[in-house]
Amino acid sequence: MEIIYVYTRKRSEFGRPCSFSDRPAEVNVDIPPDPSMASSFILRNPVDSHVQHTSDMSEHEVNTERAEVESRGVNHVEGGWPKDINPQEVEQTIRFRKKVEKDENYVNTIVHLGTLMEHCVKQNNAINIYEEYFEEEEMVEVEDEPPSAKTVNVISKLTSFFDVLLSKRDPNVTERTATHLSWHPDTCKKLAVAYSSLEFQQNMKNMSFDSYIWDLENPNKPELVLRPSSPLVSLEYNPKDSHVLVGGCYNGQMAYWDTRKGGLPVEVSAVEVSHRDPVYGAIWLQSKTGTECFSASTDGQVLWWDIRKLSEPTEMLVLDITRKGLLENALGAVTLEFEPTMPTKFMVGTEQGIVIACNRKAKTPPEKITSTYSGHHGPVYALARNPFYPKIFMTVGDWTARIWSEEIKESSIMWTKYHLSYLTDGCWSTVRPAVFFTTRSDGTLDVWDFLFKQNDPSLSLKVCDEPLSSLRLQDNGCVVSCGSKLGTVTLLEISSGLCTLQRNEKMLATAMFERETKREKILEARHREMRLKERARLEGQESEVEERPVESPQEVLDRARKEFFEVIEAELQRQARAETQR
Amino acid sequence: AEVEETLKRIQAHRGVVATIVVNAEGIPIRTTLDNSTTVQYAGLLHQLTMKARSTVRDIDPQNDLTFLRIRSKKHEIMVAPDKEYLLIVIQNPCE
Repeated sequence: MEIIYVYTRKRSEFGRPCSFSDRPAEVNVDIPPDPSMASSFILRNPVDSHVQHTSDMSEHEVNTERAEVESRGVNHVEGGWPKDINPQEVEQTIRFRKKVEKDENYVNTIVHLGTLMEHCVKQNNAINIYEEYFEEEEMVEVEDEPPSAKTVNVISKLTSFFDVLLSKRDPNVTERTATHLSWHPDTCKKLAVAYSSLEFQQNMKNMSFDSYIWDLENPNKPELVLRPSSPLVSLEYNPKDSHVLVGGCYNGQMAYWDTRKGGLPVEVSAVEVSHRDPVYGAIWLQSKTGTECFSASTDGQVLWWDIRKLSEPTEMLVLDITRKGLLENALGAVTLEFEPTMPTKFMVGTEQGIVIACNRKAKTPPEKITSTYSGHHGPVYALARNPFYPKIFMTVGDWTARIWSEEIKESSIMWTKYHLSYLTDGCWSTVRPAVFFTTRSDGTLDVWDFLFKQNDPSLSLKVCDEPLSSLRLQDNGCVVSCGSKLGTVTLLEISSGLCTLQRNEKMLATAMFERETKREKILEARHREMRLKERARLEGQESEVEERPVESPQEVLDRARKEFFEVIEAELQRQARAETQR
Repeated sequence: AEVEETLKRIQAHRGVVATIVVNAEGIPIRTTLDNSTTVQYAGLLHQLTMKARSTVRDIDPQNDLTFLRIRSKKHEIMVAPDKEYLLIVIQNPCE
């Protein structure tokens, strides 16, 4: 509610001199005391009154400035020599040494120490004091420890980086989402993170387009800054050549970098032939040259590129499930999946909640789309094949994560419960076949172990307060990195119970997946049977209504003609009657 | 002569990689390794032995350090300290 004062004055009255006048005091209200009311006055007894005395406390917060540490080496030079001896001179040092050796004290000491030392050396040779006895039995006890995860490192980009460039924190520095993470293929000590703002049409002027490669030893300063012409939405290391990265931009272009050549892209694809929407998925292909990759975007296209010639794509596929290849009907792709062991097949997760499995080597474009799986209510944000069972894959979208088998196209074979917040990303564990990770938009990371418990995640960790946008597991299966909406990347190390293969796990996981697949097949078969029965019953009802004798077509024609003329005649008669009446 | 014999005997044991004799100032007197490695071992182990000895004596002033053994993944470093000298032996424990 606003309190407004309004002053009005007639324009003709502007500029007139003010005339003030005096007025004697006026009594406006006079209320004399009324003694009759005094009798109804009640004295309050007892009276409640609060008294409190505490010492005054004030709250203070102290935090130091972030200290930047840099590792440097120090070179030691020989020292300790007496002043008159130059350590570089070999003769002088030899002379010194000989002098010391002649000392009697030296001889005694050495003999004494020698006996002591020999005793220990012989001890070492005799028995290994650190030998592990009963090694196999120890393994059983390890299971008692509850699953846990520990934060190893938090890379919060830009807070200290910009402090170096600007003296004060620039309030315009917009927080960008860490949209995609990619681990370095060999060393696993480097992480490439793509930053972009995925809010629709929120291009701040001061937003920088850079994406960074971080070295885990130094979370304060990125190891390399990648400068594309438009923010990167996805970024991947080449698994064959660890110096090359490909990135998909927000404006639909593809760019590739060579880390040896610096931060500017080596080549960028031409705007006319690239995607028209942000490139949400970019993956390297398995090829002899190691330079092929493909990309997918919400404009409905999947394009194949050769890095050496980014001026035009080598192949194109339109994601139209009616198989006509029309761009208008195409579904927007949000994620892409490719398994190096099956080089001709790949899968695309779309905005409409459908997963499309495609075969690259089909002869005609309509045949490229082999099958579709629909089951999500919203965009499929993540799609991953199980590294142990290639026929089983997992999708993450809307409020659930679902596990599918390639053979069953009607529905998923297993799914998690509906959560309260959106699921944003997911991936399988590389060491245990039934474990997978999901991130949620309330900042939680869930670790699911489907062999142990299917209703709830085995471990649910609140990583941060803002939504988590991307997730990537390191190849060894122990360290997982998650990126958040405000650009913070957190690295977590999960407890060994969740990343070591248990004894019968592979067998149990195979049995579980087969059991669920069979259940779905049976359900599918029953549904089909029921549908057929329904159809048959409906047809049966229709044939009951039609009890007229079966007529030949000629008879039908005659009957139709007769009826037609009858109607015309009736109409004519009616008109004639109407005329005669007038 | 006795010194030679003792050191040779130690060196001849199974698994022994190197033997170093260091004086109180950290100068290597006798060594079977090359100079730079010896200097590194001498400097570092000297400091460590001093620290270990002071630790033992802090806990109980009547006590003193007699022997120091450092077992690492690759080998075992044994240090026999004295007031003036330090005898260091690096051995690969047989397993």
